[in-house]
Amino acid sequence: MSDARSNILARLRAGKPDMPAASEPTQIPLAGWDLHERVRQFRKKMESVRAEVHVTPRESWLALLRRLVAEKQISTLLYAPDGPLGEALFQAWESPGESPLIARSETLEEWKEELFFNVDGAITSSRWGIAETGTLVLWPTPEEPRSFSLVPPVHIAILEAGDIYNTFADLIEKEKWNQRMPTNALLISGPSKTADIEQTLAYGVHGPIELVIIVVTEEN
Amino acid sequence: MQQRVEFHARADRALHNPQIRSNFRYAMDGLIDKRKRSFPDLDELNRLRLRCAEIRVNALSKLPELLEQLEACCTKNGIQVHWAETVGEANRIVLDIMNRHNAKLLIKGKSMVSEEMELNHYLEQQGIECLESDLGEYILQLAGEPPSHIVAPAIHKSRQQVAQLFKEKFPDIPYSDDVDRLTRNARHILRRKFYEAPVGLSGVNFAVAETGTICLVENEGNGRMCTTIPPVHIAVTGIEKVVEKLSDIPPLLSILPRSATGQHITTYFNMITSPRKPGEKDGPDEVHLVLLDNGRSRIYEDQELIATLRCIRCGACMNHCPVYTRIGGHAYGTTIPGPIGSILEPQKAGLDRYGDLPTASTLCGACGEVCPVRIPIPALLNRLRFERVRQDHTGVTRGQGSQRDPWEARIWKGWSWMHANPAIYRLGIGLAAGLRWMLPKRLGAWTRVRSAPRLAAKSLHKLAREKGLDHE
Repeated sequence: MSDARSNILARLRAGKPDMPAASEPTQIPLAGWDLHERVRQFRKKMESVRAEVHVTPRESWLALLRRLVAEKQISTLLYAPDGPLGEALFQAWESPGESPLIARSETLEEWKEELFFNVDGAITSSRWGIAETGTLVLWPTPEEPRSFSLVPPVHIAILEAGDIYNTFADLIEKEKWNQRMPTNALLISGPSKTADIEQTLAYGVHGPIELVIIVVTEEN
Repeated sequence: MQQRVEFHARADRALHNPQIRSNFRYAMDGLIDKRKRSFPDLDELNRLRLRCAEIRVNALSKLPELLEQLEACCTKNGIQVHWAETVGEANRIVLDIMNRHNAKLLIKGKSMVSEEMELNHYLEQQGIECLESDLGEYILQLAGEPPSHIVAPAIHKSRQQVAQLFKEKFPDIPYSDDVDRLTRNARHILRRKFYEAPVGLSGVNFAVAETGTICLVENEGNGRMCTTIPPVHIAVTGIEKVVEKLSDIPPLLSILPRSATGQHITTYFNMITSPRKPGEKDGPDEVHLVLLDNGRSRIYEDQELIATLRCIRCGACMNHCPVYTRIGGHAYGTTIPGPIGSILEPQKAGLDRYGDLPTASTLCGACGEVCPVRIPIPALLNRLRFERVRQDHTGVTRGQGSQRDPWEARIWKGWSWMHANPAIYRLGIGLAAGLRWMLPKRLGAWTRVRSAPRLAAKSLHKLAREKGLDHE
């Protein structure tokens, strides 16, 4: 196998064409929106790909969540007790009998069957958002693993308005991604979809059928 | 020669198949329109194309160093890197991994490199089931057909054809030709497979040398499934897919989906930098990256043809190609069809095999104009037309000179001699004008739908002189 490696590299080195030295890179103008406009753009772009976006002040997001869960008849909602939303969610439903919340701290393998076939939805936090493209950015953690935002038919994501960046370029530069890439970084823009049959859009192929985002703001 | 006959026969069949003609026309018109609407600001588009071309040129200019850096970073992160000179080697690497895990089912996300490897065929001979999970690829696997477009593989199939196929393969599921219903049925069938599969395979859209990150662009979520749920993930890629820095990714991610389908971004952009770490609850325990050469390092040697390797596989060139739109993807007989396929495939497999493909173009220029990384496809098509008949055997392209026709060569030699000798040229033109009545009225296929060209009684030179125009 090391033969293949050295042969390929040797061929590339021997045949290396004389490429012009890189000049100044062409500049792409970046958007410079304020917080309010970032939220507006985020919402507009997300809704254009059929995600459900709610913008709400901090004090009312739990009430909104309770309403949405009831409306969507989600009877099992996967959440992370030790994640950033854990405590708030735990207290959101008064009696355990009414609460749809379920938590699993095992590895995927230990409860795969249930996750694949018996969970209605999952709720996660979001690390950041991108206004320009209407994108949620997740860096899944041991508390909120990758499969939460992938396997259940409904994904509810909570996003802090202040975490929305103008562009992806802006985000990776300011947050110094190149120095600390996680196991898996995810950009999510809408529910799962396909246009493989006659270029006709259909939603919910393999990932979530519905993506619901609650953007939490500090304004009243 | 055999290949030539086959290409012409396939093109002819496609041209006479009204279903293919209308399916492609309809789909390509839609994609052209969507792309156009996603770039409302032409100045932004031009800057973005310049930037993305710079990124790809920069990466190619440092390719061996970046591949080493990618390997070092991946290895540090726990991703196992494998190198393959040929598709045979790449297939064996995948097989070895499968065998080591005693795995009998491979679930696949969309990967053109795995098509290039004919991996499904290879593994199935070894008793391993390969299952395509991209909806379009899955439909084609059920139909036993290869993809006809690199982004929308089942674009040649109508809704009714897909419905019929599902009815045959899954008689228990009630018939429906509703796209939502068909999609939901596929979801249920494949969900069980994602759950069961011990190994998942994906392609790679970009590999970042700086961080050792594999990037995947997709809409369906099957790519995330294949790279998240099975305990082992294998990514296969051509060696040219590497970029230098993480900051190279945003411009490429901005231009790729817009050029491909007119989406401002795909549903998922999945960046994988390591296998499951201690304490993490999901994700594969093993991640493998297979780097495939298969002729790419030879393309790399030519100053002009190297531009072929900039390609980010968006498919815009085929969407805008008048030839592709009429004959469809299957007629080309290659993994990658359309204008990019017509320059890439003959270089990989040799002009002796695919020497006809560079001629399957009107050189209208649309492909070069829409290419997000500014590959001068028309110029490269022309260059390969030269390579296929060149005699000196000093180029790097395999099969150069293989399509040389001694008669054609003599005619062009005579043409060039005549144009280099003014007296002979004038004599020839005078003779042709004098004998123009002798020109046949029927010229084979040309005059089936056109009238035969007529030489003018007076040459342009003569007319210009009579008008008193002087040579400047």
